[in-house]
Amino acid sequence: MPFGNTHNNFKLNFKVEEEYPDLTKHNNHMAKVLTKDMYAKLRDKQTSSGFTLDDIIQTGVDNPGHPFIMTVGCVAGDEESYELFKDLLDPIISDRHSGYKPTDKHKTDLNFENLKGGDDLDPNYVLSSRVRTGRSIKGYTLPPHNSRGERRMVEKLSVEALASLDGEFKGKYYPLKAMTDAEQEQLIADHFLFDKPVSPLLLGAGMARDWPDARGIWHNDNKSFLVWVNEEDHLRVISMEQGGNMKEVFRRFCVGLTKIEEIFKKHNHGFMWNEHLGYVLTCPSNLGTGLRGGVHVKLPKLSTHAKFNEILGRLRLQKRGTGGVDTASVGGVFDISNADRLGSSEVDQVQMVVDGVKLMVEMEKKLEKGEAIDGMIPAQK
Amino acid sequence: MPFGNTHNKLKMNYSSEQEYPDLSKHNNHMAKVLTPEMYANLREKETPSGFTLDDVIQTGVDNPGHPFIMTVGCVAGDEETYEVFQELLDPIIEDRHGGYKPSDKHKTDLNPDNLQGGDDLDPNYVLSSRVRTGRSVRGFCLPPHCSRGERRAIETMSIESLDSLDGDLQGKYYALKNMTDDEQQQLIDDHFLFDKPVSPLLLASGMGRDWPDGRGIWHNDNKTFLVWVNEEDHLRVISMQKGGNMKEVFHRFCTGLTKIESLFKDKGHEFMWNEHLGYVLTCPSNLGTGLRAGVHVKLPNLSKHEKFGEVLKRLRLQKRGTGGVDTAAVGGVFDISNADRLGFSEVELVQMVVDGVKTLVDMEKRLEAGQSFDDIMPDQK
Repeated sequence: MPFGNTHNNFKLNFKVEEEYPDLTKHNNHMAKVLTKDMYAKLRDKQTSSGFTLDDIIQTGVDNPGHPFIMTVGCVAGDEESYELFKDLLDPIISDRHSGYKPTDKHKTDLNFENLKGGDDLDPNYVLSSRVRTGRSIKGYTLPPHNSRGERRMVEKLSVEALASLDGEFKGKYYPLKAMTDAEQEQLIADHFLFDKPVSPLLLGAGMARDWPDARGIWHNDNKSFLVWVNEEDHLRVISMEQGGNMKEVFRRFCVGLTKIEEIFKKHNHGFMWNEHLGYVLTCPSNLGTGLRGGVHVKLPKLSTHAKFNEILGRLRLQKRGTGGVDTASVGGVFDISNADRLGSSEVDQVQMVVDGVKLMVEMEKKLEKGEAIDGMIPAQK
Repeated sequence: MPFGNTHNKLKMNYSSEQEYPDLSKHNNHMAKVLTPEMYANLREKETPSGFTLDDVIQTGVDNPGHPFIMTVGCVAGDEETYEVFQELLDPIIEDRHGGYKPSDKHKTDLNPDNLQGGDDLDPNYVLSSRVRTGRSVRGFCLPPHCSRGERRAIETMSIESLDSLDGDLQGKYYALKNMTDDEQQQLIDDHFLFDKPVSPLLLASGMGRDWPDGRGIWHNDNKTFLVWVNEEDHLRVISMQKGGNMKEVFHRFCTGLTKIESLFKDKGHEFMWNEHLGYVLTCPSNLGTGLRAGVHVKLPNLSKHEKFGEVLKRLRLQKRGTGGVDTAAVGGVFDISNADRLGFSEVELVQMVVDGVKTLVDMEKRLEAGQSFDDIMPDQK
């Protein structure tokens, strides 16, 4: 299990060929990039907290991937992972984030006033709206690597910060290990509860250690703002509501997130962020904004149109079933969200969702009337 | 995931109270023994290969246990684990192995000529006989901790040794990752194939890493002698056949094991063994002989008798369903095997099975004839 300092040096007694993983049956970003030469170059390195190359790639070695779904196959153990192992992670980031270069700069924009429109998505079609992101607290190692002491400190700091929120953000924290049956039932009914990970991708990276110690759920009294503590990231922040008022969802998202960040800063704990990678999270796929803004929308006709996927591609949107990633849609209702995370700002990404969903609803209406939508196909964003 | 040297030092910035696991809902041997004081004493230690206290206990922290089944809740990462962490492991060993003390000596006896009888268990009742044990190769880390290079080296050495076996032990190695569909089907039909562990007990201790790399199955042409490579231990050695001739099964077991050990020694590698703990294996429950000798035996009447549990206990035997540990018996057929591992020799344990099963079958026959078995009720062994 451990591949820390002493044991890492122990492994150096074996040649590169002897330690290099067998990736012949693998189909993930890590396997595409990690050559034997790269392994040789990086294998004796470790971050100051002791995270090594083998720690980064273990989940990708243990989970060869899927012929159709390209998983990332690696995780960060701390902020420094992205710097020390950039030989491996930069090409993965480039491949996953549409050619994002090591010299590129990422823009953060959490000013909700910069969003145009978004308050008038047709509620006959748009059933619900949601924005989520993740945040990591500087100075602590990440979920694949952190000790119980660190994880508990992240929980303590989070609970303190969240407890000082008021007004529309006043709420309550429910630690997973102290939950009553009644509380658990309610959280399940609200679709707020998260379970111990069962995905081998997460388990293979060590994120379930010590479960459920220091994990918990916080939400406001209105149940429109929710924070997960110590699940896949230190914090996952979610704003949501029924209907199509994405503007309001995004406002609450930005205001809440900013308030939380201020409180953390006051106690000398900022979030992990830099001008190249934006917000630093456990999985390289969530770098940048870490933002997924989406709606549940009824598109029974458009979704069966020959050009549906083409349209989504051009709008830089992604579809999922309403049960989440990899589920099928039910009754023609789809989860539509931004495909990008890195290289565009929060406002940019939510704007794409707002404009794109507006267009798709209009297309749906046209198809309902038996009219063609050819003239409405957008250019590539 | 890793709790190696450097990261272990990072954890030292947190107090022992902050790092001590929450064991309040736990019921396993580790949780019974690991006090906060003991954690404080042991937490900065590590073996020369870098295995730490948190590595030893992770599986027990992540798997609280069962109200009725007392799991061990810890594993060894190398031979030195049992020395460096003896403050934790000695009391666990004592509790698990019938009061075995730190000063006790364990006797090894693999001379099959010392077994009395065992060739005449009634085949109308005894359907099959089997003896298994494990072995660890000295100088290499154990499955929770070994690197790919180490694991592959174990595999290479094992194949070399097994390939030199001849006569009725001549056989073939099937690497898990190169198996053809036909080979796989045949191994399943023979009940020889082992799968990637799904038990959270094993996964949490890191034994599933890099699967199926370095893992495989060897068996002789007669299919009566089988070796598993790099599953839960470096080697698992199994001798088996239909019917009740335990003497022959044990003879083949001892002969094969002894040959394998001398082949390893020829190449400069010995098995982990010492005069206190006997054969050193990954799980503390398998120390000593690591031996489980058992039969599948029909006891439909005796198994319903109110004294069945008491009889087994006095004979130092254990019952399982024929699907393995924790399964139910089918058609009154039980798996009966020795309960002990440490503090008795191999010959002594198999003798207990042979003598005990003979008594059980005699009791079954008495009950069939409507007679009592009080006069043949054994004393506590």
